[in-house]
Parts: sequence; C-alpha cells; structure tokens
Amino acid sequence: MKSLLKHRLAWPVIALAALLLLNQVFRPDFLSLRMQDGHLYGSLIDIMRNGAPTILIALGMTLVIATRGIDLSVGAVVAIAGAASCAYIAGSPDPGSPVTAATAVLIAVVAGLALGVWNGFLVSTIGVQPIIATLVLMTAGRGVAQLITGGQIVSVTNDSYKSIGAGYLFTLPISILITAAVFALAAVLTRRTALGTLIEAVGINPVASRLAGLRARNIIWIVYVFSALCAALAGLMISSNVTAADANNAGLYIEMDAILAVVIGGTSLAGGRYTLVGTVVGAFIIQTLTTTVYTLGIPPEVTLVFKALVVITVCLLQAPKARNLLSRLKAAPKPAAQEAAKEKVAI
Amino acid sequence: MNEIVPVVEMADIAIGFPGVKALDGVDFRLFQGEVHALMGENGAGKSTLIKALTGVYTIDSGTIRVLGEQKRFSTPGESQAAGISTVYQEVNLCPNLTVEENVLLGREPRRRGSIDWKGVRSRTREVLAELQLDHIDPGSLLSTHSIAVQQLIAIARSVEINAKVLILDEPTSSLDADEVSQLFRVIRDLRDRGVAILFVSHFLEQVYEISDRMTVLRNGKLVGEYMTRDLSRMSLISKMIGKDMEVLAELDQAPARTRASNGAGGTPFIEARGLGRKGSVSGVDLSIHPGEVVGLAGLLGAGRTEIARLIFGADKADQGTIRVKGAGQKIRSPRAAIDRRIAFCSEDRKEEGLIGDLTVRDNLVLAMQASKGWARRIPRRVQDELVAEYIEALDIRPANPDALIRNLSGGNQQKVLLARWLVTHPELLILDEPTRGIDIGAKTQIQKLVNKLAADGMSILFISSELEEVLRVSDRVAVIKDRAMVAEINNDGVSVEDVMTVIAGGNQ
Repeated sequence: MKSLLKHRLAWPVIALAALLLLNQVFRPDFLSLRMQDGHLYGSLIDIMRNGAPTILIALGMTLVIATRGIDLSVGAVVAIAGAASCAYIAGSPDPGSPVTAATAVLIAVVAGLALGVWNGFLVSTIGVQPIIATLVLMTAGRGVAQLITGGQIVSVTNDSYKSIGAGYLFTLPISILITAAVFALAAVLTRRTALGTLIEAVGINPVASRLAGLRARNIIWIVYVFSALCAALAGLMISSNVTAADANNAGLYIEMDAILAVVIGGTSLAGGRYTLVGTVVGAFIIQTLTTTVYTLGIPPEVTLVFKALVVITVCLLQAPKARNLLSRLKAAPKPAAQEAAKEKVAI
Repeated sequence: MNEIVPVVEMADIAIGFPGVKALDGVDFRLFQGEVHALMGENGAGKSTLIKALTGVYTIDSGTIRVLGEQKRFSTPGESQAAGISTVYQEVNLCPNLTVEENVLLGREPRRRGSIDWKGVRSRTREVLAELQLDHIDPGSLLSTHSIAVQQLIAIARSVEINAKVLILDEPTSSLDADEVSQLFRVIRDLRDRGVAILFVSHFLEQVYEISDRMTVLRNGKLVGEYMTRDLSRMSLISKMIGKDMEVLAELDQAPARTRASNGAGGTPFIEARGLGRKGSVSGVDLSIHPGEVVGLAGLLGAGRTEIARLIFGADKADQGTIRVKGAGQKIRSPRAAIDRRIAFCSEDRKEEGLIGDLTVRDNLVLAMQASKGWARRIPRRVQDELVAEYIEALDIRPANPDALIRNLSGGNQQKVLLARWLVTHPELLILDEPTRGIDIGAKTQIQKLVNKLAADGMSILFISSELEEVLRVSDRVAVIKDRAMVAEINNDGVSVEDVMTVIAGGNQ
C-alpha cells in the first residue's frame, strides 16, 4: 500500500476517484452506463467526450513541457483549424459530400502541421523563449482565423464532418476513439522509439544532452509539430460538434486547461520526466470538476474558483520552498540531499 | 606599516555551506593606495571572500572592519554605502542606457526636482577626464562599447561615488593586450590617488605586473600574505597548489606507464594548429597520435577546459585549424566531433554530464542513441548487454541499471559517463578532470583504464590539476598558462618540479 501511494500517479488517481465518488453520492445513477439505439450513454461517456479536445491538446502539451517548453498557441490553432475546414466546406461546390469533409480534414491537418513547424522554428532555430514564441501565434492566430471566416461564424451542413465530434462508432463517440488513437500513437511513438528518452534528456539537462551529441533542435521541432497537430484535431472536433467555426471563441483558454492537466498529472513545468497517462488523468480531473459543479447545482462561475484552488495547490506542491517545508515537517533529512548540496558547493 | 589603519580588515572569517566550509579562519587586509591580488585556484575561496566583503554572503563568524570601524554587511547595498565598489567580469551596468546615465545612475545632479542633464554631461566629462578617458562620448549608448571600455566606465562610476575600495574580479579575462594595458594605467592612476584595489585574476604575469601585495588562499584557508616582489612565481604556485618542491619531487618516483612506442611516426589522429577563440584561449598547437596520451598541465583556470571544448566543438574556434587523420575539418558542434569519433568527458559532471533524473542505463547509452537518432532505438536486449558489460568492466556500483544516476556516488557517476563514451568506440577521448572528487580506489581504476585504452590504440587527451597524475599517465605534456599553450614536454623522466618551472617560467 505504501509503495502504491509512492507511485507518481497515486495522488492524481485518488483525486479523480474521490471526485467521481462525490458525484455518485449526489446522483446515484452517475456511474451507470446504458445502451440506447446502439450507443453508449452515461455521465462517464459525457465526461470523456467533452474532455476529448482538452485531452488531445494536453497530450501534445505534455511532450512540449517535457522539453522545458510551453505551447500557448494551441487555442489559436484550434480556431484556425476549425475556421479553415469549415470555410472550405462552406465554399465548396458540394458542401454535403464525404469527399469535401475529408478534404476539409486534410486542410486542417496541414494547417496544424505548418503552424507547428512555425513554432518549432522560432523555438529551436531562432532560440526564442517558448512562452514568447508561442505567444506570437496565440495572439496572431485568432486574427488569422477571423480572416479565414471573414469575421463571421461559418456554419456547415455535412453529416460526415459532423460525425467527427458528434458521431458514434462501435457504440462509442468517435471523438473518444480519435483521442484514444492519438494517445496510443503518442505512447508508441515515444516509448517504442528513443524519442521519449531523448525528450526527457533535453528537458532534464540541455547542456549535457548537447555534449552527448543530441540534436536537440530536431527533438524540439518534433514536439511543437505534434502539439499543433493535436490542436488541429481538437479544432476539427470542436467545430464539427457544433457544425460551425467560431474564430473568436473556439478553444478559448484551452491552453490553460491543457497546461493544468499536464501539471496535475504529475509532469513538472520544469521539464524532464513526463507521463502521458498522468496527463489523461489530469484532464479527466478537470472535466469531472466541471461536471461536479453542475451535479452539485453550484453556479458555473464557481468552476473557475475550483480550478484556481487546484492550480494553487499543485503549484505550491511543486515549489521548492513548500516542498522543503513539507520535508522538514517529516522526519530527519535524507543523506542523499546533503550529498547533493555538498557537491554543488564544491563546484 | 602597522601604524596605518587598513581600509579593510577582515579577521578570522568563516563561511559555511551545508557540508562544506567555504572559508575557515581567513584574515585579509587591504591598505590605502595598494593593488592587492587575491590568489588561489578555483574553489580556493576567492569569490566567497569577495562576496563576504561585498555583502552578497553573510559571514558565519569573524569581523569585518572598514577604516577601523566594525561593519556587518548583510546586503550589497550596505557594502557599497561603506565605500566598497566592485567591477565584475560581466559588467553589471545597463547596456541600454548611455555612458553618462550609467556613470551617474541614481545620483544624477538635480535642478528644481528634475534631472539636470547638462550637469550630468559635465560631471561625466570630468570623471572621464580624470581617468584620461576623454575619448569616450558620454552620450553614447553603453552597448556600443567593447567590454573593455564598459569596464572602464564601471570604474569611472566607482570613481564618481568616491569609492575607497575597488574590487576587480577577473577584469582582464576577455581583454586583449592593448586593452589590458589601458586598464592597468587606470588602475595605477587610482592607486596613486589612494584607492585600495583588490585584484583577482588567473593570469600570473598580470598579477606580477600590477600588484604590490598578495594574499594566497587554498581550500578555504589562508596560506599567507606576501609582498609581490618577495615571492617568486615558483613559490607562489607551490603555495597555491599546496605542495613543497621537495615533496613533489619525491612523489614522482611512482612507476610511470609504459610508453607507447609509436614515437613521432605516422599521421596523428588529431592535429591542431594555432587553434584559438577570442576571449578564451589562443595559439594551441597540439597533435595526438593513435595510442598516445597527451596531458594538459596548468593551473586551474589557465585555459585547459577551454582547449578541450574547442577541440570537441562545444565552443566554436575562430582561429587556427584542426586536422583529423590528416584531413582539414571544421568542428562546429559536439555532434560534428562525435561523428569524427571524438568524445569529451566534461569536468563538470553535474551540469555537463549527468542526466540526473534518468537511469544508469539511459545515461550510459545516451551518446550512442543520440548518434543513431531517435527513430532507431537501441533494442532493449542490446542495451542490457552493453550496460551489464560496462557495469562489470568498470565495477559500477550499485550494479543496478535502473537506478537513477543522481543517486550514485561521484566516482560511480564518473564511471557511467566514461562508459557512455566508451560504448561509442571513440578514437580520441578527452578526459577533463576525470578523477576529481572521487575516492582513491576509483581514481586508480580510471588511471589504469586510461593506460589500457591507449594500449588498445585510442588517442587520449588527459586534463588534471594534479601534476603527478598527468605525468603518470601521459606520453607528452602540453603546458598551458594564461590562456595559451606555452610549451610541450616529452615525458621522459620529467618531474613535477620541471613542469612547475615551465608554468612559473615566462618573462621572469
């Protein structure tokens, strides 16, 4: 039990379980699932479906953060991807056909790719600080999206397109399946190749990584492209769910939720070791928090206060000062820590 | 001399960090109108002493008196208020302000509540003229001037605030010869006007040129205070590294390694000619044949690591050439060096070697994996074989590939980093202080390993501050002094004393 508690995912999982139980107490049918018209229904499914865009973006964000970076532009990429695909469908001669929908998806993905390449270029080649580099696209991107939509909300009527965010396959919402597929892809891409280890190496000690011959530039480029691709997929999901592109509001503040999910999941903003599973758990916690507020009948404004409390707690737990305080409250100091301090001074 | 009250008198100063005494019972005196050099190797406690005097660190015990009056500095501001001014190597002025704004920042003459810019201009001109720096335009942006001029402007600022004590911390490290002589003229001028100057530099010749007295520190303890003209370069060096000549001579009786018999024949694996980088080192001529160990000898801070970094491409050389196996090469990055089978084990394990939060296995295969690229992961089975092989060969403990490397002892961390390079089968291995801070057992193991690798045909560049060690493992020794290579000695019965004579040599 003690070693289980020490596992890095222990506290996020406990927090999620506690939230779900709290809901179950107030709404006894909360955890139940039911089959209707061949589709699976239930609060859990709703949480997963509503949380899918956040999870997608948080997966990309996890890898970016692992390299000591951050990607603030994901919300803008969501808007651009949605705007580009919807504008294409609305303007095409055959706006209802599956071919048009497929082309629209392709356009959104290529747009995401290009935007990721841009971010990666600024960070890895020019050497702009990640927060500044992605801030450029965060602000400029919404403008680009508005240019694409001509400042209007572009509505589309295309059943194939609508199914991305609102459709079902094998009894499950397609958005959940897409998210699961991206999660599996990311896990395989990073853990079956050496990418994951090299990302962590760059994040933990960039200087030593360079001296070991690592091409950090390529690694950093890959994570920003992956992050933007995830954001573009999320943009497709969001616009498809409402069958419209809203350049102003699509994905607004989603970067904050994504960063929060990464941090709650146990990946440090200082970079280095990361956990994709933790991020997914973190995103579920955020989505469940929102649902909980509805379940308990609290006005939705309070959601933000809830989130704020979680952020403060997590940030405090990550701050060295607070940690020192905690460890001082515990038993005697560890010899390893003293050893490290000694070494630091000796240099 | 005893009649005069020192401007600064520090007595029995102690400063400790967790587990380490950075300064222990150090006395230091600084008199009006002298240039006083603070000498010691890196880590001897020079910076700590300066930081105690400038209020960056608070002393644990001891007393600081300024003009006889006891002071307790807990912030840099208190020290400055007492008339102590510091000019650092990296100039701490505002590059985006003008010269005059920098000189008078926070002390601008005012008229009716607003800054009197005419007054600022004329006061700055006055100060600059005092220092014979009239050629500097007070209205120009600080960032348009060279580091040397920026330092002079920082000095002008301390003249303006009427500093009694001027601390110059490594002021000359990025200056060329002309700039140094201009700086020295200003320093002498200030000294003659009664300012007490504390001068810290790694350049022995400059210290002898400018200083009147010196205080030598070693391992946080005071070695002594000497008049510069009474202390020969030889005795200064032996005081800094802490060994008497006789003892050093005896130590060297230990059997040296059997020399590689390749001699001068054949193409060297690497050949550097006139290699250098502005502000770092210059004039490095070095060639290493396969199977040969070349040692770099010199005081800490003399430029040994800088040479290693140039060869490895960690810093880009802007002078000279490098030939690898006879072919001219531009080595622009560590990766380019690694592709040419060059490996570099840095002296700074923690900052430049370890990936602390990764396992022994990940750290060990990192360089190999990096050169294969991320897509071609070394299969786990191969990783396990390699790691098991090197854990056994180098006796790495604990013999657990999944241990986080930051939890290993220094010596074992060093072995893992060595193994990281050995698995890539380099043809040139650069070892920078590979035995520093590790226990004697691991130290001997590493020295033996160097012998064995060279016997197998590897070229090795061996850097260590322990001259005995350099002589024990090297076929030839290149002597580095004041950021340049000054001599190359064939190691045929050379003693530590001989090498020290060369280091001390120069223009005595």
